[in-house]
Amino acid sequence: MNTFWIILTGSLVAASCGFLGCFLILRRMAMLGDAISHAILPGIVLAFLFSGSRDIIVMLIGAAIIGLATVFLVQLLHQSGVKSDAAIGVTFTALFSIGVVLVSLYTQQVDLDLDCVLYGEIAYVPWDTWQLGGMEMGPRALWGIGGVFLLSLLVVGVFFKQFKLCSFDPALAAAIGIPVMLFHYLLMTLVSLTTVAAFESVGAILVVAMLVVPSATAYLLTDRLHVMLFGSMGAGVLSAVLGYFLASWLDSSIAGAMTAVSGALFLLAFLFSPRHGLVGKMAARRAATLGAAEK
Amino acid sequence: MMSIWLALQDPNTMWVLAGCVLLGISSGVLGCFAFLRGRSLVGDALAHAALPGVCLVYLLTGSKSIGLFMIGAGVAGLLATYCITAISRHTRIKEDTSLALTLSVFFGIGIVLLTYIQHNASGNQSGLDKFLFGQAASLVFRDVITIMIVSIVLIGITALLFKEFALLAFDPAFGRGLGFPMGLLDGVLMLMLLMSVVIGLQAVGVVLVAAMLIVPSVTARYWTDKLGRMVGLSGLFGALSGALGTLISTQQENLPTGPTIVLSATAFFLFSLLFSPSRGVVARMARFLRMRSRLLCEDVMQALYERLEEQAKNRPTGVLRGFSPEQLARTSGKKPAAVRKALRLLQKRSYVTERTLISEEEFWTFTTEGLKEAHRLVLNQRLWDLYHMNQNQYDGLAIDVNQEELVPQLSDEALSQMLAQLRAYDLTPRLADPHSVSHLLKPSKQGGVTL
Repeated sequence: MNTFWIILTGSLVAASCGFLGCFLILRRMAMLGDAISHAILPGIVLAFLFSGSRDIIVMLIGAAIIGLATVFLVQLLHQSGVKSDAAIGVTFTALFSIGVVLVSLYTQQVDLDLDCVLYGEIAYVPWDTWQLGGMEMGPRALWGIGGVFLLSLLVVGVFFKQFKLCSFDPALAAAIGIPVMLFHYLLMTLVSLTTVAAFESVGAILVVAMLVVPSATAYLLTDRLHVMLFGSMGAGVLSAVLGYFLASWLDSSIAGAMTAVSGALFLLAFLFSPRHGLVGKMAARRAATLGAAEK
Repeated sequence: MMSIWLALQDPNTMWVLAGCVLLGISSGVLGCFAFLRGRSLVGDALAHAALPGVCLVYLLTGSKSIGLFMIGAGVAGLLATYCITAISRHTRIKEDTSLALTLSVFFGIGIVLLTYIQHNASGNQSGLDKFLFGQAASLVFRDVITIMIVSIVLIGITALLFKEFALLAFDPAFGRGLGFPMGLLDGVLMLMLLMSVVIGLQAVGVVLVAAMLIVPSVTARYWTDKLGRMVGLSGLFGALSGALGTLISTQQENLPTGPTIVLSATAFFLFSLLFSPSRGVVARMARFLRMRSRLLCEDVMQALYERLEEQAKNRPTGVLRGFSPEQLARTSGKKPAAVRKALRLLQKRSYVTERTLISEEEFWTFTTEGLKEAHRLVLNQRLWDLYHMNQNQYDGLAIDVNQEELVPQLSDEALSQMLAQLRAYDLTPRLADPHSVSHLLKPSKQGGVTL
């Protein structure tokens, strides 16, 4: 049963991250996902300190606020003339430092292990259950990430056309009257929520990996956005399942193993994708040179 | 102050301080080139990628030698660099995605290896995570010597290859044209970045080593436009952050050194962002406000001029009475309060004067000097309008449309041609002629102006 809960949580994290990650990489904001996932640390710690509870709702709010603040600060710095990658770097390292300082100073009160936050311990998920009126409702993390996943599906489903247009041609989107900035912040809110829902149970590293790697894999396999979305979710879930078994075979970190498997899947796509793969391209080039030589 | 002095007496603190200052200098200097090359986040990727290298070295050799760890981290970093370039070169995936992808996959593999070691390997492996999460306080004499040697080598190479790196940062294609091996230089720069990341890891940890490369160089950029000065300043900011962070962290128990150093660097950055003389937010805000008030004044002068002009048309010989701020507000589309403010500013420069007639209503009109200035403004504005209306006629004049003044850009011939055209459109500013203002203006006894 525990195995099932762990795999289910991992798959949900992978699916919701992969789903949102597609939009991130299409909009060239992959590093922003990385930045958010590090920067929300102070949000979580402050939410702990103020509320004194590990309630997922409080943490979601705290982290979502800091996540949006990160995006806002990056935007602000960029507008005041800092290159965008430098703006990201300055913002998230500063916020992360504040987070680490807070954890170190209040380490007795907070009961938050830095290593655990960074690479997470998904193996503990089944024991941290949610009680509702004396009823056992299953792992708390599962409800958190599941809820956020449904919310993202709903929001992106309703505004699919707008998100699509904003990702591929923001100038056109702005010209026909779509509030591009609103959708930018809406997407970033979803990313922040997903990040924090996954954060405590699986750690920052799995979140960053799942935001980028499965969607990059899917990006190599298709040219259609909705296929890419499902492909990314599929690659994510496959990484989660295979990663779990790899981890139990090696007796190592589950989140790390899921990341490693997603990397391996990407490598397969990188080499063997029918249109964008390295092997396919080489074969095509070779055929072309052979053809030219025969003539 | 006393406690800082006490902390400095401790030889251990002195070593940590020396190490962090040196790290600050070398990463500040190298960070400039990474920043200008648009590779600020490469440090982040290299730092994460070091993890599997370190773990593999430990798995293979079983030793915890810092030197071996550095080699492992270096090899893994090189591999990661190669992956980043290979992915963005061979597929349609953009550089930022390939960076994030490589970073997370390497780190994930590293975590797998780290936990595998922790669960399976015998013996004491507690040093590993210290190496990764950084503990400046645990730097000892030998580490500082290593840091010192590496930093001096890095700074020395930068000094030797300064011109080449400058080319690489600003115009690699031009450099290639000159016959410099740009690919090789880029590789050398990456290798140097990697070395500074590796020596920084132990002090400030994986995430924060990236900050040491980025923040000082972004800060330095606010203070100068010259590369040499920028590199120097960046090294200085790095050193100051290292020193300040170390000293602050000795003052409070449980305050980790790495994040404190990064926060010091961030404080320098914020100060520069706000107060740097040319690019700072405050300076730019002041410029903006000055500009806005100047434009307001100009608009009000133009409005007054045009109303007076109209009046003069209807009363060819009479005294021009002037206008109230409300009337000017209607003409210029500004708020009456803004117009009043502008009039007061213009009064200070004695461009306009106020006259109160019997009805006790305010009336504003130009002084002789003000009329000259307003005439210049209006003429300039109308010539611009004319230029924009008939742009194709004036293609031969080589006009820079970004400049404010049109008249100085025109030859006498072109000016008289345009003035003739203005006359044809009946747009010539009537109240005073640019070449003979003085004899057309006769200040009347009432203080107004007659034609």
